[in-house]
Amino acid sequence: MSIDLKTIKHISKLSRISVDEQKAEKLVEDLNSIFKFIEKLNKLKTDNVEPLTSVAETTLKLRPDEVKSKDIREQIIKNSPQDNEDYFVVPKVIE
Amino acid sequence: MSDITKLTLSELVKNIKDKKLSSEEVTKAFIDRSEKSKELNTYITEDYSSALEKSKKFDQKPNLDLKLPGIPIAVKDLFCTKDIRTTAGSKILDNFIPSYESTVTQNIWNEGAILLGKLNCDEFAMGSSNETSFFGNVQNPIDKNLVPGGSSGGSASAVAGQLTPITIGTDTGGSIRQPASFTGTVGLKPTYGSCSRYGIVAFASSLDQAGPMAQNVKDCALLHEVISTYDPKDSTSIDFKRNEYSKELTNNIKGTKIGIPKEYRVDGMPKEIEELWQKGIQYAKDCGAEIVDISLPHTSYALPSYYIVAPAEASSNLARYDGVKYGFRAKGENLIDMYEKTRSEGFGAEVQRRIMIGTYVLSSGYYDAYYLKAQKVRKLIKNDFDDAYKKVDAILTPSTPSSAFKIGEKKDDPVSMYLNDIFTVPVNLAGLPGISIPAGHDSKGYPLGLQIIGKAFDEQNILNIAFAMEEKINFKNKITDWWIK
Repeated sequence: MSIDLKTIKHISKLSRISVDEQKAEKLVEDLNSIFKFIEKLNKLKTDNVEPLTSVAETTLKLRPDEVKSKDIREQIIKNSPQDNEDYFVVPKVIE
Repeated sequence: MSDITKLTLSELVKNIKDKKLSSEEVTKAFIDRSEKSKELNTYITEDYSSALEKSKKFDQKPNLDLKLPGIPIAVKDLFCTKDIRTTAGSKILDNFIPSYESTVTQNIWNEGAILLGKLNCDEFAMGSSNETSFFGNVQNPIDKNLVPGGSSGGSASAVAGQLTPITIGTDTGGSIRQPASFTGTVGLKPTYGSCSRYGIVAFASSLDQAGPMAQNVKDCALLHEVISTYDPKDSTSIDFKRNEYSKELTNNIKGTKIGIPKEYRVDGMPKEIEELWQKGIQYAKDCGAEIVDISLPHTSYALPSYYIVAPAEASSNLARYDGVKYGFRAKGENLIDMYEKTRSEGFGAEVQRRIMIGTYVLSSGYYDAYYLKAQKVRKLIKNDFDDAYKKVDAILTPSTPSSAFKIGEKKDDPVSMYLNDIFTVPVNLAGLPGISIPAGHDSKGYPLGLQIIGKAFDEQNILNIAFAMEEKINFKNKITDWWIK
């Protein structure tokens, strides 16, 4: 299978990364060469193989549901590119 | 003492404990050398004046029972450090100042170490040459215009160039072991779950592990002992009994069974690598180990499966960079436009490529064909190792299929870049520990490394094998300080 320009534009929309024509064409080339490499996997029969989701063979531990970080609003807001002291500010969403 | 920076970590600790050196003298020596080494471009953020202050404070009331008493250390810029900029080598985090500390770095400070600065790396640890960093290439101290490997390229370069006595890196597919191999240093990728991932900028969560990088195996063991702790803040951290790795280190490996996997003899592998491997086998025999031929039949499927699993996880992990809560924001006409421009301008080309691959393989209609398939192959790869470990205690392979290459040589060919990690990636997929030790030079005089892979949680064993072999190999790094004017 091969990835065309239309697919790249679809993935770029899903990834929320804008691409112009030139970048899209380069991505078509790159992704096709990478997928050609990946598709070696199709040679392998895996019908009866259980997928490995985690190498850590432990069950997740439970912990008490306690608040550990208090009064950190200021610290959190400090890193935002735009804020209004108490809130993150984004471009207008509702007209 | 004139050449403080030439001392190993163990020697520095001993000198400080014997009060022959102060933390201030040691810290100043590494700062001076780092200042003279700007051309290597190892640091993204320097924290020298604060390091000096901390060293003076340490000397006023030195706690000499600590494992890293007053030792200055620079760390990979993928570890969040409280109130110190943490960039992950990306423009999108150029101005990010964490309000908390990663567990691994906290463990180091708790043992008395002092932060020198944050070291360059491939953007979000995605790369094998440090060329994807927003902050530019790193020079390999071995030779000018030679890559130090990646993604922990700044870390490897800083240890080899003696700008820091030891350091920590992270390894998702080889990012500690490959640069260690390229710079003639020692690097350990611990068992998945051994070191906490809390506070490490996430790349591929089921593969990422932090680990020590050092000039020799003993220093590596000591640092591993400090950073490997159970941490409830990381749900994949594993609560197992950890050794005192440096104290229990021994060169007695008589009778240890070491496997040689025939599938690692890949097409087109340079003769020098094969010769190095044969030399390694001989060294292991000389140490009293028993060599056993083994088979890891699915080896050639590891890299293709990795390039589905890692980008898939990266695409979800990196969804958080949206220009809203922290990091870089581009101007946009509306919210969606702002997201798209922020991510397009904030991420570099390789990171965008991997997000796109990951998004594609997880997208509707393709999940089973790619992601599920890759997870099944991952299972087969892990089964290969499980079977092999019924017969052997550890596995010996080359660390990389070649020595370090020139800056720019592989930059425009992603697949040839990915092939660098052919011997290291299977270890991450199976969650096992692996260590790279310098074992010789190629015809150009560039270092070459050997990798020892262990059973899960068996770091002590591979450290012991590495320690025994290191003694036999007696490797000397050829560094001329060419960058110091």
